[in-house]
Amino acid sequence: MFKAKFSGVMRRLSCLALAAGLMIPGTAFAFREGINLPEGVTSISSDIYGLHMLIFWIVVVIGVLVFGAMIISIFLHRKSRGVKPATFHHNTTVEVIWTAIPFLILVGMAIPASQALIEIEDYRDYDMSITVTASQWQWHYEYRGEDVAFYSRLDAKSNAARQLRDRRTVDPEEVDNYLLSVDNKVVVPVDQKVLLLLTADDVIHAWWVPELGGKKDAIPGFVNEMWFEITEPGIYRGQCAELCGRDHAFMPIVVKAVEQDEYEEWLEEQREQTADSGDAADDQVTALDVAR
Amino acid sequence: MESTTATHDDHYHGPASGIRRWLFTTNHKDIGTLYLWFSLIMFFVGGAMAMVIRAELIAPGMNLVDPMFYNQLITVHALVMIFGAVMPAFVGLANWMVPMMIGAPDMALPRMNNWSFWILPIGFTLLLMTFFLPGGAPASGWTIYPPLVLQTGDAFPFLVFSIHVLGISSIMGAMNIIVTIMNLRAPGMGLLKMPIFIWTWLITAYLLIAVMPVLAGAVTMLLTDKYFGTSFFDAAGGGDPVLFQHIFWFFGHPEVYIMILPAFGIISEVIPTFSRKRLFGYEAMVYATAAIAFLSFIVWAHHMFTVGMPIGGLLFFMFTTMLIAVPTGVKIFNWVATMWRGAMTFETPMLFALAFLFLFTIGGFSGLMLAIVPADFQYHDSYFVVAHFHYVLVPGSVFAIMAGVYYWLPKWTGNMYNEFWAKTHFWLTAISVNITFFPQHFVGLAGMPRRIPDYPVQFADWNMVSSLGSFVFGISQLIFVAVIIGCIRGGTRKVDDRVWEGSHGLEWTLPSPAPYHSFDKPPEVR
Repeated sequence: MFKAKFSGVMRRLSCLALAAGLMIPGTAFAFREGINLPEGVTSISSDIYGLHMLIFWIVVVIGVLVFGAMIISIFLHRKSRGVKPATFHHNTTVEVIWTAIPFLILVGMAIPASQALIEIEDYRDYDMSITVTASQWQWHYEYRGEDVAFYSRLDAKSNAARQLRDRRTVDPEEVDNYLLSVDNKVVVPVDQKVLLLLTADDVIHAWWVPELGGKKDAIPGFVNEMWFEITEPGIYRGQCAELCGRDHAFMPIVVKAVEQDEYEEWLEEQREQTADSGDAADDQVTALDVAR
Repeated sequence: MESTTATHDDHYHGPASGIRRWLFTTNHKDIGTLYLWFSLIMFFVGGAMAMVIRAELIAPGMNLVDPMFYNQLITVHALVMIFGAVMPAFVGLANWMVPMMIGAPDMALPRMNNWSFWILPIGFTLLLMTFFLPGGAPASGWTIYPPLVLQTGDAFPFLVFSIHVLGISSIMGAMNIIVTIMNLRAPGMGLLKMPIFIWTWLITAYLLIAVMPVLAGAVTMLLTDKYFGTSFFDAAGGGDPVLFQHIFWFFGHPEVYIMILPAFGIISEVIPTFSRKRLFGYEAMVYATAAIAFLSFIVWAHHMFTVGMPIGGLLFFMFTTMLIAVPTGVKIFNWVATMWRGAMTFETPMLFALAFLFLFTIGGFSGLMLAIVPADFQYHDSYFVVAHFHYVLVPGSVFAIMAGVYYWLPKWTGNMYNEFWAKTHFWLTAISVNITFFPQHFVGLAGMPRRIPDYPVQFADWNMVSSLGSFVFGISQLIFVAVIIGCIRGGTRKVDDRVWEGSHGLEWTLPSPAPYHSFDKPPEVR
């Protein structure tokens, strides 16, 4: 929506502004016009963001020191300035120092990284769970214990716009959230620990919504876990992140986070629809059949 | 390259004439030349694919190619660049330089040397012809993960067999280099007196022998899964698709060091020459190289942090991966210390070496960020990864190869290349490589997955920048070819034996151009 209204000039200007302020910490539309990780809307995503910025600034400081030494050397120690080369070529003390200091810096990085990882890998005490089954090229969501299940695919408008140039009827620039819109959104309540149980029917896919923090592979024959607890209502968009064949770029993920009561209403609607259509979801031809 | 000039230590017959010279040659210089030309051709073949990829990505929407063909391009681009351009270039440099740097008359196994080169074109014919088979070329990414790769059409057995052939070629080349270095060094050249390029290649050769058979095993298991009813990687038959990833990356991670350690060696030769100062911390450099090689065997699963490993595994592979920064940092610091208080001049090889130092370090920084598992959950399979590995491979390995070519070309041909055009090539390349790959960090962090032929509109601006940069990069490489051909045809002047004021080592004691047969009597090394 935001994007479509952006005129060409504005876009170019914003591009320049972004280039000037490299790596400005995430803003409201980090995923739309951003050049950095989104801070996101879950504890995991903000932990990751903090870790990312910490490591980023550490390497910036190291970079300034190393590149600074190189640049000074390039300007001062050049033959054209008439310098005579020194003859030193060995010093055990400095070798020990520049082995030990980086090691200590790494230990300093590893501690917060391990803490964050231990938190992320804690799958206990979830409030609800969804089985996510990927296939070429769509997602199937089954709300466990709720009798709600549906497929989620690229929406029709994006699908029309993503055809090869001579066959397309819609310009991608004119589609809202081009390639990031689906027919059926995943609706989840805010402030609930949602566990995803990921698997796949055919090949490996990966479920990734940057603002929820991280991704996980969906592997045929195995079940992977991942969780998030969204703090702000809103719509969060992502894509399949593991090459899964021809339409890998065209199986987006859209998560809509709502308040608990709205979520209950939505569940009720879904149950009614499922009853009306006579469990249509089970009759759908899987994309695998088409692909082969 | 003509190298028939009769000189004081060249009493042998010259090369055979015509095509037979190249088909049947057992001369290390001829074979080195073949490798280098082959590599250059493959650099353009893989580069042409990259140009189509960037042309498709210049704007959102499917503008040029079918998504399936796009997937074929990214797959074959990677295989061609890795196995066709970078690795053969390093083997070519090893063929030319190892005997000349250790005072040997030739490689230890000259007939095998011929064969290890000539099966390369066979392997690539098998691979590239798959574009014309029903179903097209492999489209699973160069990592050929099952089950996706098992959906490949008629190209599948060609893919497997070409990887076997390329692996055999690499193993033979590596054995030859090890035997040559171990047995044919000039008297007096102890292991810790070898030039650092020889050290890095010796370690690389061991890596090759250790991991190429692993890849061969992995692709053979794929072959039997597809055609003989086994289910190594199929959960329905008790197998595991992730098993393949473990085996593949046990090969794959040492493989990326196979593509960077010889580059370290070249840089360690070039920087001292143009700084007119000995390499700082020679022994530390050797130990750091060995440490990197050792660590490369225990970090593989950092390529697959998102497959759902137990937390113990994640922590182990995070710590080992972070450790690699230590020896790599030691190398960078030693290069900077080598430059420090030297008397530098900035001929083209030095320019490429300095660009290597800056840009490889940036690739190292993003590598360190990728090692942090929680952050990797975001970075994994995004364009951030694409930016990272192109930074270590293009301004890393490829710049080092170019530095090496400019550095030794006068020795090979006896002529100086055109410095103006070489510097033009350098500046265009160095600027455009950053315009191409730096914005990919941005789109990756902002959420663009890799290996997609079309992307959401918000990534459009930086993708256009990246595409325009890549076109400049691609066109600039034509200057490289022109400079090389110009140099072979006479260049700007004849060079003396030393070529560079600060050059050091046995290869610079030989006449320029290096005679067809050199060091038939071993030189004295003090």
